[in-house]
Amino acid sequence: MAAKSNLTNMVLCLTAVCLVCSALLGGMYVLTAEPIAKANAEILKASIGAVLPEGGELSEAKPLEVGGQDSEYYVSTSGSEVQAYAIRSTTVGFGGPLTLMVGITPDGKVYNTSVLSHTETPGLGAKCTSDEHFYSQFKGFDPSQKILSVKKDGGDVDAITASTITSRAYSLAVKNAVEAFKTIKGE
Amino acid sequence: MEYFLIIISAIFVNNIMLAQFLGTCPFLGVSNKLSTATGMSGAVVFVITLATLVTYLINKFLLVPFGLTFLQTIAFILVIAALVQMVEIVLKKISPSLYQALGIFLPLITTNCAVLGVALNVVTKEFTFGGGAAHMLNLGESVVYAFATALGYGMALILFAGLREHLEMNDVPRQFKGVPIALVTCGILAMAFMGFSGVV
Amino acid sequence: MSKRKLDIFTKGFFKENPTFVLLLGMCPTLATTTSAINGLSMGLATLFVLVLSNIVISAIAPVVPDKVHIPVYIVVIATFVTILQFAMQAYTPDMYKTLGLFIPLIVVNCIVLGRAEAFASKNGIVDSALDGLGIGFGFTMSLTVLGLVREILGSGSAFGWKFISGDGILVFVMAPGAFIALGYLMVLFNKIAKKN
Repeated sequence: MAAKSNLTNMVLCLTAVCLVCSALLGGMYVLTAEPIAKANAEILKASIGAVLPEGGELSEAKPLEVGGQDSEYYVSTSGSEVQAYAIRSTTVGFGGPLTLMVGITPDGKVYNTSVLSHTETPGLGAKCTSDEHFYSQFKGFDPSQKILSVKKDGGDVDAITASTITSRAYSLAVKNAVEAFKTIKGE
Repeated sequence: MEYFLIIISAIFVNNIMLAQFLGTCPFLGVSNKLSTATGMSGAVVFVITLATLVTYLINKFLLVPFGLTFLQTIAFILVIAALVQMVEIVLKKISPSLYQALGIFLPLITTNCAVLGVALNVVTKEFTFGGGAAHMLNLGESVVYAFATALGYGMALILFAGLREHLEMNDVPRQFKGVPIALVTCGILAMAFMGFSGVV
Repeated sequence: MSKRKLDIFTKGFFKENPTFVLLLGMCPTLATTTSAINGLSMGLATLFVLVLSNIVISAIAPVVPDKVHIPVYIVVIATFVTILQFAMQAYTPDMYKTLGLFIPLIVVNCIVLGRAEAFASKNGIVDSALDGLGIGFGFTMSLTVLGLVREILGSGSAFGWKFISGDGILVFVMAPGAFIALGYLMVLFNKIAKKN
């Protein structure tokens, strides 16, 4: 079936195939670049929207250091008044990085939290996204009244059963976001 | 310390074969005999380390500066295929004995998804080790990570080949003979490795 | 459809089932089947690449010099995989996130290169397309079944519909369960195959 090989046709064939394929991919990349950016932006917007009060106007991402790492935050304003801040915060859980979006109102209370990505064990640590009792306790959490760490460490957060490390990482992420919020406020 | 954590994590905690399922085909294919498993492990360690080094550099100095990261998959697989071919030729010339030991496994490695998997992981994923911050790996870390991952693969392969040699001699129900019992054994081995999770 | 064409199409379902008989493409089989939907999506993604690469390869095979045919095939396959990657990122970002690394790894899925080498390079375009479709459906079917079994046992749900409250036997969603479930399914498959 296949043609006989000699140097010329081997080089020609490989070059031609590579050129055609790269051109195809380049075209495809240009075509899909916009939908991909849009899809990513929508995911981000949905995750920010979940932790902020409704109806605010969202700002662009602003750089911020959270827990010693480069991160970013978004400001939601209605009219000229700042409604809330959404801060991205990453800590290390049981299986790897745990990234949260934490919404904080100007009075320093946590409005809501949501998990952006995690690699926790299914059925144990991964419950931080499904165990309502766990994640809802951060809703309206007031860091000036209560302590943001699990009860085992003397704090006020009920840990997920058998997943203390995940619960610690989650609390720490929220705490780091609250600390970072203070630096925004101080500016 | 950082390197030590990378090594422990890559070999035991996130073993590429038992926790991430990369390279399962050759794993089942060459694990019936201890001697072939050892040869394959040697070849894999060699190729993964070298391939990751080369693809890391290509990504950093060629693809990223020219905004061509969308060619990652295609470029990496070509580099790996060429690299394997080159290693084969060079090995044949300078060390015939090593070539005899590893040679027959080299062509198989191009389609071992562990190689491409590690190369892609290193340039696209953020890693965390021992409570440190999540970050992209630098060149040194990448090579150490690739080397340790390959060692973990080799270890799993050799361990498993030893188990399978014993399985051959046991009285296994007829329908389970061969691959099915191997898979179940592999599952139990993976369960044992789960004990390492959370260590690093 | 002639008998021969029908045979080419249906052999992938049972007689040459890529997962249970040929034992090809094990990595995605084990890694992505944490639920029936995930298995199904991975199967369809592979099907897409398989059919298109089979068609293109059967068309160009006669003019490709023998010594460089493997690199050429790999480039063709990698191109379709990358196209699929872009499309998924743009239109099904959630699924792309779940399947993650295993989408680019379709390039090294032995099923795809295996079919290119064993079938598409020697047969016509229509036959190759049918072969890709058949093997692809066989693969999708196996992945969906394995995903379904793991989902039922592991999370007590089927296709996302939960029928028990609380968790199932969690180990089936994790790595060890994948190996064990596949091992037992293979036994079952062999048993049925023997009877027919």
